[in-house]
Amino acid sequence: MTNDVEQGGEQEGRRDFLKYVLGGGLLAWSAAVLYPIFAFLKPPKQAEVEVTSVKAGKVSAIEKDSGMIVRFGNKPVILIRGADGDFRALSATCTHLDCTVQYRKDMGLIWCACHNGRYDLNGRNIAGPPPRPLEEYRVIVQDDDVMISRKV
Amino acid sequence: MKPLWKRAYDWVDERVELGGLVEFMGKKYVPVHRHSVWYYFGGVSLFLFILQVITGILLLMYYKSGEEQAFESVQFITSKVQFGWLIRSIHSWTANLFILAAFIHMFSVYFTKAYKNPREITWVTGMLMFFLALFFGFSGYLLPWNELAFFATKVGTDIAGAIPIIGKPMLVFLRGGEEVTGATLSRMFGIHIAILPGIFTVLLSIHLLLVQRQGMSEPTHFGDETKGEMKTMPFFPNFLLRDLLLWLLVLNVIAILAVIFPWELGRKADAFGSAPAGIKPEWYFLFMFQTLKYIPAKISIIDGEVLGILAFGVAGMLWTLVPFWDRQSERGGRGRFVTYVGIVAVLFIILLTIVGWLS
Repeated sequence: MTNDVEQGGEQEGRRDFLKYVLGGGLLAWSAAVLYPIFAFLKPPKQAEVEVTSVKAGKVSAIEKDSGMIVRFGNKPVILIRGADGDFRALSATCTHLDCTVQYRKDMGLIWCACHNGRYDLNGRNIAGPPPRPLEEYRVIVQDDDVMISRKV
Repeated sequence: MKPLWKRAYDWVDERVELGGLVEFMGKKYVPVHRHSVWYYFGGVSLFLFILQVITGILLLMYYKSGEEQAFESVQFITSKVQFGWLIRSIHSWTANLFILAAFIHMFSVYFTKAYKNPREITWVTGMLMFFLALFFGFSGYLLPWNELAFFATKVGTDIAGAIPIIGKPMLVFLRGGEEVTGATLSRMFGIHIAILPGIFTVLLSIHLLLVQRQGMSEPTHFGDETKGEMKTMPFFPNFLLRDLLLWLLVLNVIAILAVIFPWELGRKADAFGSAPAGIKPEWYFLFMFQTLKYIPAKISIIDGEVLGILAFGVAGMLWTLVPFWDRQSERGGRGRFVTYVGIVAVLFIILLTIVGWLS
């Protein structure tokens, strides 16, 4: 009798041991299958050329009181020439939900069509949902060329 | 000599025993009462889904994914391919009507409390299909790679990115990178034509199998209204023929819509162009979009946007789980609380959709 019980206990122990080994093995196996899938889905970081400044155009070709989107690396930058002829450059990515803003001559400010966000010409968020001002860029006029560069 | 179709039937029957199935179909009845009309919307949703599969496969014959080709290939479909304009217009129209039919189907099931025991699984699979339908709409919207789609995808994925912790990885997963680019288009294409249809088909099979197996639900107070007299109609062929007749009508309506109001393609997306004035999300996202506008940018330390998204997430979850917390209908009550919640939800959706449409 006692022998049986002991044997039963021993068997139970063996069964538990097998359960953990097989269960753990299954878990590890699942991880080994799933990890490459998730890793595959994560897009690899692509080497980007660090852009520090771009040539936006010629002073003579840009009208007064107008705005244009300039490609700065892979980001859009809005270059505005005020009625006074001064240039200013700001990030064109709305701080609200990532849309691209535009210059509105009639309002004299920067406007985002997606959710009616408004910024003044210094990039300050003055109305609508944008939570932060637009990042400023530096504009340098060299002879007739307009250059935009990141503010340091 | 038996006719050919009879011999063919016998040949199959001998091997897989169709008898039980035929007997089951013959014994299936659909209750007839004053709410019976709602039974048709499930069938209509199913038909619209089938239409989407067929027109979607047809479009695949010419559609090309990729930043340089997507817009041009849709242009090619609508201008050069014979009946291409029709197929594309039907696909777009049906997408919208499918979501509308699913909305009606869902609310009718909700208000008649058809989700209660033993149909919880049918309800949950239906809700999951509804969310997939919205994702179908969102992913398909980008495929023509036009201006509106480009910014809608930017905004939509940015909203997903605002969710705490999982938001950022989700944004990168959906966009295939940090920005909306050709990589996003490839992802949405894969999601739209492979991942979603696969999952949807599994859920749909479970959903339909359960509907057949458990039969149509009767409204809670069916007994009271008819004093125990239950009028029914055989599913086969009476109900099925009505279903098919309605499908025929729906197809005609879609054809008329597609011909008179062909779906526009708009202008090609330009990653370095401003968002065009008058941009709006699709109507079925409008109520959420409009709500987000009313929430202040900051509520104490939390972003208003994040709070809104979380609120919609919780509301959707509670809605999906209604069979598990609606104890009142379960006990045979009328479940007035659930009904009021539903009425508020319907009014909220309709009101904000209208406001969003007009603003």
